[in-house]
Amino acid sequence: MSTEPVMRYTLDITEDISVERRNFTQGIAALAGLTLAPGVFLYCAAEAKPDDQAVSSQQRWGMLVNTNNCQEDCDACVSACNEENGLWSLGRPATDAQWIRKLNVKDRQTGHVTSMPMMCQHCEHPPCVDVCPTGASFRRVDGIVLVNKHTCIGCRYCMMACPYKARSFIHEPLQDQLPHSPRGKGCVESCTLCVHKVDRGDNNTACAEACAKEGHQALLFGDLNDPESEISKRLEQFGGTQIRADLGLNTGVRYQGI
Amino acid sequence: METVRFSTIDARSAQYWVLLGLLAFGALVGYLAAHHMDVEGHHITGMNNQIVWGFPHVVAVFLIVAASGALNVASISSVFGKIDYKPLARLSALLAIALLVGGLIILVLDLGRPDRLIVAMTVYNFKSIFAWNIFLYVGFIFITAVYLWMMMERKMNRFTRSAGFAAFIWRLILTTGTGSIFGFLVARQAYDAAIMAPLFIIMSFSFGLAVFILVLQASYAWTRRQLGDAIMDKLRVLLGIFIAAVFYFVLVYHLTNLYATEHHGVERFILVDGGIYTFLFWVAQIFIGSVVPLALIFVKPLNQSRHMISLAALLVIAGGLAQLYVIIIGGQAYPLVLFPGMEESSSFFDGVVGQYAPSIFEILLGVGGVCVALIIVTVGIAILEFLPESLSDKALRLDPVTS
Repeated sequence: MSTEPVMRYTLDITEDISVERRNFTQGIAALAGLTLAPGVFLYCAAEAKPDDQAVSSQQRWGMLVNTNNCQEDCDACVSACNEENGLWSLGRPATDAQWIRKLNVKDRQTGHVTSMPMMCQHCEHPPCVDVCPTGASFRRVDGIVLVNKHTCIGCRYCMMACPYKARSFIHEPLQDQLPHSPRGKGCVESCTLCVHKVDRGDNNTACAEACAKEGHQALLFGDLNDPESEISKRLEQFGGTQIRADLGLNTGVRYQGI
Repeated sequence: METVRFSTIDARSAQYWVLLGLLAFGALVGYLAAHHMDVEGHHITGMNNQIVWGFPHVVAVFLIVAASGALNVASISSVFGKIDYKPLARLSALLAIALLVGGLIILVLDLGRPDRLIVAMTVYNFKSIFAWNIFLYVGFIFITAVYLWMMMERKMNRFTRSAGFAAFIWRLILTTGTGSIFGFLVARQAYDAAIMAPLFIIMSFSFGLAVFILVLQASYAWTRRQLGDAIMDKLRVLLGIFIAAVFYFVLVYHLTNLYATEHHGVERFILVDGGIYTFLFWVAQIFIGSVVPLALIFVKPLNQSRHMISLAALLVIAGGLAQLYVIIIGGQAYPLVLFPGMEESSSFFDGVVGQYAPSIFEILLGVGGVCVALIIVTVGIAILEFLPESLSDKALRLDPVTS
């Protein structure tokens, strides 16, 4: 059986389409787009955790830093964090907040320099949470260590206790804050592991996205509890080191190449 | 001893009101300084993200430590049964409460959010020694007030020993808590040491007694009451023992650190090349705060003069402030070690000695807290019978000093 007559028929029909009909089709397509778009958007939102749903300990969010890929002269992660969380510099380095910083570590014996981002390590047993008198420093069950800005009294004991120098005290009034990143004079703050993005379902942090955009791939965000996640697979295959592992804090941020 | 009579001081003199006015002015200026810090933010102070606790904490911790130590004189009479000290017990307890209140006011006003004091008083994390300290401080004021009541109300005198014992145990726990603020800091090279708790207890003995001696001498000199040599001699020797004990604990702390290679960095910083901290340690803490007072107390003929006891107490206070400056600020100035044995550098002052110089606002806040403590004592002795009318050898039935 030949398919030739059918093809001819189709071509005939195509030739018959008038300009009016083409416009009508385009209109219908646009209408369909307008009708479907909110549905598609809703579908995306459904991927994120609804506000009334508690976070779960089934996840433990963490980060893997591959220092072999981290470039000494690159601070894309720092800029991205500042941009994402509205950390505007006030021109006073000693008191400006820094949630993530580039740390260079030089071996005195060999002179070898390793460059890496340093931020809150989101410990399983965070000293900042232990010492906080009001419980404002807390650890979510999914492993993210945060500061409750409503109950932080600004005593700075957590800054004394943090082994990673990861926290900043807000030394002056702030303006132009971002809605998803509330900050305030007199409170302590630190890396939130982009909790707003995590809760939104982005499954990534601003620093890791920026690092990937630069093509360095030194930062990998993921679920340490999920054996199928990329971060778990890489850690299983290549291993990872905790900074100040001697303190037994079981950090959520692990490093390779140190 | 039963014949010792207590009375309020005469508060009608111009001298009294000038003193009270000066103290009130100091307290007001301290409050205004704290208010300015609160409005502008801590960037106007010398504190930053590297040195997060500054001069206000030095003064506050000094006052809190001295508060528990000031109670010792009362404890010696009530708990250890040395009746010679009994006439001093009331002032000892009043001074303890006053110093603690002064210290706590400084701590609260230095908070980033002092307006949230109610949060600190109602929401607790019981794993935090800070949270425990809030209970210990409030409890200390309450127990010491009850102790005072037992001492001052004739009908309640039979409970004095029990109340004194409770206050003594409480004060030991309180200073353990204060020392543990630093002892429990696992990550810092200069802290994370169990000896911090007993070190702070023995520091409290010394600082508290020094403050007590000065307040006692001033209040008796300015009210023209008799203060005998015998009681002053007892206090003098006691202060000498406490100074030597603090010196011993400081020695053990540093010797232990010096034995462990991992602590050589911070020891070198404090003892050899830490600039202001090394200077304060050797010159202010050890020489001016320990060696000179010990000489004034134990070496003849220096120790024959009443003024030399005052000077020794003053130097102990100066040395104590220096010691706390070295512990609190020096301990933070030494860079945090993330990678032992490596050189660290970053935009966030990793591997760099923290820079700190107290601002005028911090100093005024500290002085303000001291003024509040002294106001409580000054008003207290004018409205209630804290001071014996005479502490002469004859009134106390003590043997005159023979040396």
